[in-house]
Amino acid sequence: MNVKRKFKVLGTRPVRPDGVEKVTGKALFGADTYATGMLHARILRSPHAHARIVSIDTSAAEALAGVKAVITSADFGEVDSEMTRDTMHNCMANGVALYDGHAVAAVAAISKSVAAAALKLIKVEYETLPHVTDVDAAMQPDAPVLHANRQHRSVVAGTPGNVVYYCDFGHGDVDAGFAAADKVIERTFKTAATHQGYIEPHACLANVGSDGKADLWCSTQGHYNVRLICAEIMGMDESQLRVTASEIGGGFGGKTTVFIEPVALALSRKAGKPVKLVMSRDEVFRASGPTMSASMDIKIGMNADGKITAGHAKLRYQGGAFPYQMVMMGAMSAFATYDLEHVRAEGWDVMTNRPKMISYRAPGAPMAVYAVESVIGELAAEFDLDPIDVRILNASREGTKSSYGPTFKAIGLVESLEAAKAHPHYSAPLGANQGRGVSCGFWFNFGGQVSVSMAINADGTVNLIEGNPDIGGSRASISMMAAEELGIPYEKIKTIIGDTASVGFSDVTDGSRVTFAVGIATINAAKAAKAEMCKRAAKTWGIDVDAVEWIDGAVHPTGHNAGEFPPLSLAEIAANSGRTGGPIAGHHEGAPDKAGVSFGVHLVDTEVDPETGFTTVKRYTVFQDVGKAIHPSYVEGQMQGGAVQGIGWALNEEYIYGEDGRLQNAGFLDYRIPVASDLPMIDTVIIEVPNPGHPFGVRGCGETAIVPPLAAVGAAVCAAAGVRLFELPMSPPKIMAAIDAKK
Amino acid sequence: MSKIHVSTEINGDQVEFLCETDETLLDVLRDQLGLTGAKEGCGTGDCGACSVTVDGRLVCSCLVLGAEVEGSAVTTIEGMADGDALHPLQRHLLEGAALQCGICTPGVLVAAKALLDKNPDPSEEELRYWLAGNLCRCTGYDKIIRSVMTAAAEMRGEKS
Ligand code: FES
Ligand code: FES
Repeated sequence: MNVKRKFKVLGTRPVRPDGVEKVTGKALFGADTYATGMLHARILRSPHAHARIVSIDTSAAEALAGVKAVITSADFGEVDSEMTRDTMHNCMANGVALYDGHAVAAVAAISKSVAAAALKLIKVEYETLPHVTDVDAAMQPDAPVLHANRQHRSVVAGTPGNVVYYCDFGHGDVDAGFAAADKVIERTFKTAATHQGYIEPHACLANVGSDGKADLWCSTQGHYNVRLICAEIMGMDESQLRVTASEIGGGFGGKTTVFIEPVALALSRKAGKPVKLVMSRDEVFRASGPTMSASMDIKIGMNADGKITAGHAKLRYQGGAFPYQMVMMGAMSAFATYDLEHVRAEGWDVMTNRPKMISYRAPGAPMAVYAVESVIGELAAEFDLDPIDVRILNASREGTKSSYGPTFKAIGLVESLEAAKAHPHYSAPLGANQGRGVSCGFWFNFGGQVSVSMAINADGTVNLIEGNPDIGGSRASISMMAAEELGIPYEKIKTIIGDTASVGFSDVTDGSRVTFAVGIATINAAKAAKAEMCKRAAKTWGIDVDAVEWIDGAVHPTGHNAGEFPPLSLAEIAANSGRTGGPIAGHHEGAPDKAGVSFGVHLVDTEVDPETGFTTVKRYTVFQDVGKAIHPSYVEGQMQGGAVQGIGWALNEEYIYGEDGRLQNAGFLDYRIPVASDLPMIDTVIIEVPNPGHPFGVRGCGETAIVPPLAAVGAAVCAAAGVRLFELPMSPPKIMAAIDAKK
Repeated sequence: MSKIHVSTEINGDQVEFLCETDETLLDVLRDQLGLTGAKEGCGTGDCGACSVTVDGRLVCSCLVLGAEVEGSAVTTIEGMADGDALHPLQRHLLEGAALQCGICTPGVLVAAKALLDKNPDPSEEELRYWLAGNLCRCTGYDKIIRSVMTAAAEMRGEKS
């Protein structure tokens, strides 16, 4: 058993440091700042799915009173890196509009209304081209190819041009495994593209000075990454572009790149004034990254006792208008939950005339796991076995060689499954037209580069600067870890997110990495500060630094030769710092990599109306191994929020394209995310199997929870309606069609 | 384009502004009056992030014209706390960790208060339907619903 360390601060639920500002309306999000003399910008977007831009005439717009700048792709220079070039061309079409909503020009004017009027005066001549928005169609040899010669070397020669990446993971011999099975089931699944659906649209304020220096304020999950991309596009040194991350109104992966920031910077440079650019909701749907849609073949063999003999997944993802590599995450996740002798997962990334995909919470995993878990559920039902027992029998454990290569260290999957089986939810009776579903889920979690700087103030308080936007309460968890390590109260710590000029590089807030990686950097920064305080105390006492030690927020003399001195607290040492060598600080820069994978199990009861096909979620419970919950309320919040996004994916949400290749539901009315009245309470059970790669045992916890709901809800709906469905979302018409087909 | 002169009351203060004929109340509040607590999540009445009350009625300020509030009394999130003292709803949302990113929070608070002003003792179902117009993508609503129910109980003088 793990010996669990006793904590004073970790595991408590203090109010977050940025809370009062957020409940009083004072917190400043992306669109909440204004600059003197600021212009308002708007972007003109392609109405076509695929069209050559023959010409753009901006003269009438430029002549309109109040218009200060109009730009097109001609206002952007060349960039060296292929990735940044794609990002730039996604922000502003370069000769060809690749999807409905692709930016083709932008204006900056003295007011929103003048900017809107100016857009109407820009004349664009298009020559429409054949388009493709479906993944299977895009993989056909006769499909229109979005970019020639952009296939990764992994792609088998002769594969149609929209296939840009191929991967193949696994071990053993799947054919032998299938031959040995009592039953083999092979199914094809489809899942729709969904949007991250953050409530705050992309927003920024750019100010480029005549000296070539620039400031950029924006809503982002990673302002260092914004600086990197924008400096390259603008041809600037990184040091000359200061990026400040605003409070961020949700991201879920969707704010890990740029969509509008280079446009605002280019307009500001041209106009010589600050430029504010805010996307409308329509633009968010049409031109910021949704996730991939998928078409998948899953084949699994099982013995009558529930043992899985082999699994093979073929995953075809479309990720929009530019080359990308994300199916890999799906292929690696598909079977990660299970300890299999014979396993293979192949993936194809495909381009289509849709917006360029970007990460969405555990990117690539939910759809693959949906398909695999659905077949496992079907096989368990075939043999009349308990679906949780089957999963426990096959579950990955410490020492399992994972389907994607590495061997797992301590993990909490079996603990989560056992907790689900023992929970009253699992044995509660079901009503008429109700069904219960269960699914596992997995996510890797990341570490990555991180910088933390900590100043010990003379009054015994602590200022901590880190570089990762706080997207869901991380300032609280970071402050708590600092308080735990320094042995001082939580309230004495103030954590802020520094701009790119005030603390060292930090990777994007993604991969559920912040509490893990910033946490490690915070602990190490605190250790550095403590070492310095030990020196100061030793100096004060006139003894050797080896003769002191840090215990519980104070330095004590130690050993029989040290002498008798009353302990010196952090506050006392800090107060005296001016006389013992000056200010005391600690900092840490690093790239921790032992993030620790995490597993979850979801249980859900649904009721399906047999007359309408409408599904109601009646009860929901999330079980997840989080290693160590620093602030349990925010951990529960991640589990609940992820579950509900997954419910939306399973039941409602989808990008709907017409024959014309245009998006038909670019608004919250028609792209329906779950609302309060759709849902029951989301119960949570936190499992803590400490991550050996973190001093406090922390694992990432933010993403795993979106992985299991798709198959869990899928199984519950199928059980409730007495049908089998292989496509998401399970909207009422699809459920009705399945019910009618059975009659 | 000539502008319209409007006098109104906002959070108890007399305010005058000039607005364009097609300028929304949300834009007036944010761009002219510096009240950026109301957010624009959609501009089409679908998300509730822009919630304010006009003469006690809960509205999406993105669907109201600035010119329409002549002679009215508008309240926004900025008027909810009493000086430094948070409203019980604000306090309980904080203590209940009912916000993750916090972009929906002002709208949720304004909407929840409008409900409790009319119905101090809503059922969970009534509350869920009332807040169905306030989208939150982060929390799954669980902690929002619990926090509002706890605040309502406290406001009714019940012990929690
Ligand atoms: S901004 Fe008004 S309802 Fe969304
Ligand atoms: S807390 Fe982020 S949208 Fe509600």
